[in-house]
Amino acid sequence: MDNRSVTPAWPADEDEFVRVDDVVKIYGDVVAVQSVNLSVRRREIFALLGSSGCGKSTLLRMLAGFEEPTSGRIYLDGEDITALAPYRRPVNMMFQSYALFPHMTVEANVSFGLKQEGVPRNEIHERVFEALDLVQMAGYSRRKPHQLSGGQQQRVALARSLVKRPKLLLLDEPMSALDKQIRQKTQIELVRILDQVGVTCIMVTHDQDEAMTMASRLAVMTEGQIVQCGTPQEVYEFPNSRFVAGFIGSTNLFTGTITVDEPDHVLIESDELLRPMHVNHGVSEPLGMQVYVSVRPEQIRVAREQPQAEYNWSRGIVSHMAWMGSHARYQLRLDSGLVVEAAVPRQIMAQTDAPGMDEEVFIHWSSESAVVLAS
Amino acid sequence: MRRLFTHDRQSVLRKLAIVPPFAWLALFLLVPFLLVLKISFADLRFGIPPYTPLATLENETLSLSVHLSSYLLLFRDSLYVATYISSVKMALVTTVCCALLGYPMAYYIARANPRARNMMLLAVILPFWTSLLLRVYAWVGILRNDGLLNNALMALGLIDSPLEIYRTDLAVYIGLIYAYLPFFILPLYANLVKFDMRLLEAAYDLGARPFQAFWRVTLPMSLPGVIAGSLLVFIPTVGEYVIPEMLGGADTLMMGRLMWTEFFNNTDWPMAAAVTCVMVLILIVPLALLQYNQARQFDSERRHGKT
Repeated sequence: MDNRSVTPAWPADEDEFVRVDDVVKIYGDVVAVQSVNLSVRRREIFALLGSSGCGKSTLLRMLAGFEEPTSGRIYLDGEDITALAPYRRPVNMMFQSYALFPHMTVEANVSFGLKQEGVPRNEIHERVFEALDLVQMAGYSRRKPHQLSGGQQQRVALARSLVKRPKLLLLDEPMSALDKQIRQKTQIELVRILDQVGVTCIMVTHDQDEAMTMASRLAVMTEGQIVQCGTPQEVYEFPNSRFVAGFIGSTNLFTGTITVDEPDHVLIESDELLRPMHVNHGVSEPLGMQVYVSVRPEQIRVAREQPQAEYNWSRGIVSHMAWMGSHARYQLRLDSGLVVEAAVPRQIMAQTDAPGMDEEVFIHWSSESAVVLAS
Repeated sequence: MRRLFTHDRQSVLRKLAIVPPFAWLALFLLVPFLLVLKISFADLRFGIPPYTPLATLENETLSLSVHLSSYLLLFRDSLYVATYISSVKMALVTTVCCALLGYPMAYYIARANPRARNMMLLAVILPFWTSLLLRVYAWVGILRNDGLLNNALMALGLIDSPLEIYRTDLAVYIGLIYAYLPFFILPLYANLVKFDMRLLEAAYDLGARPFQAFWRVTLPMSLPGVIAGSLLVFIPTVGEYVIPEMLGGADTLMMGRLMWTEFFNNTDWPMAAAVTCVMVLILIVPLALLQYNQARQFDSERRHGKT
């Protein structure tokens, strides 16, 4: 990855609560995490997003204290916790497999952490049931974990990690063990509980929908590095590389060279399209340089008539069409051979006589909907 | 209909499959035990066999003669009671020592990397490749007054006169623990190696120091392995004959030796049989425990598998 695409270390932020400072983790000759900088604000739900092996889980394990960084520091609420043992950290984790103690009841699982702390007995009981109430599991306190469904186990695991009132909560792939149908509902429920408790939370996930649904900010990781960091909207609308554009949602990428470079717009000539592309933001790349333009499928309009505009359109043939319920997904083969994906909303499909298979169509998009990517 | 039929055939096959082990157990365990039980209710006499028959048919009269003399003597003569107590005590001490020695060993092996683990398991099993008799003889050579241990200690100047270990209870304990330690380590290892390390991480995460995490998570979860190992040590130790005979003194009281004496020295078959039957009764309690423990473990594993 190009250095310029790496998001700057951290904004000088008064609300900064967790700070990961140039952390590196090397196993043997494998670099799992390479110089990661990260800043997480108080009461924020922050997602580390990436495919497996990108280093996100290693980073989470270093935050929990199960691994020590090869170099770099980790600060929590201004305190250096880099070398602190996991049992001394005000950090609790909800494990991917939940890691509930199978020989203990739900109540014993949740009270485990408080007993270690030496909290008085009646207070333990009170706090355990407070936590179980929060996740609506108070009626199951005498059950053993294997008598619970996956969703119920997850709730108990959440109660167990919240009952100690940690300064930082870590969620490791929180939804991966749940059925797809209940995932989205659970995601929203989890965010509601975390907001109610007001805990700062860092989660790890490979599922971009999950990150977008739950996180207030997210960082996209690949090959042990953070490639982009921002709110879900920022990262979706202004990806800083082809990798991020393709990882967060799907996108169309056109390759071209910059022919006009003005502060408020650029023109990009591409062999793949009939017309040049007009993008209404300036770029720092020099004239004549090869760049990529990302246009999301839902930004592409499909029509039978040739657009009147000077820029941002081309011609193609419908090569595939799939009805997705809320929208129709078109695949269009352009004259250049490039296949472009377009998502046409249901309403538009209903209003107009939608083009069918093998019909010649024109695609068009606005200058605001395109993003220039250098790498 | 067809499904019903195949289901039926399967269940018949399943029933057939358990016939051989049951037949085996009946033929080689139940029948011999009933024979021993029968002999235990007979009286001593000269001849072949050297005991009275249980039932006789004479003059159209079936007479059943149940002699309780052996059992009565068993409880009247303090030697027998003392032998039972001493055997159980020695078996218990051996089991506890095996647990204290074997737990750390099994734990260490289970936590080692796979290659070292196999080497260490091999080392645990290796003694079985030579006969027990030979290995106990080796202990005689080590523990004797002029044996390896005493010679070494005296040569080092640590002691002036040889330690009297050979032919004492201590020697028997050493022999028993040595011989039965693998039986404790192996089932416990099998339990510990399956342990999910994430549970330990969860315990640390919740504030447990390593020892507390061990005490409240690893140890309770390994109890089925500890129980299985303990029973595998306790049950054969109670009736052990070779080790107390070869390493023990004249005053080392153990049931195995007692049976041998009654059977071969006194030719008192009914007494030997009675000693055996009471020993079986003593052993049935831990055996039932083992059975219960295994059934429970199997049950919970099956339920885990389901979810």
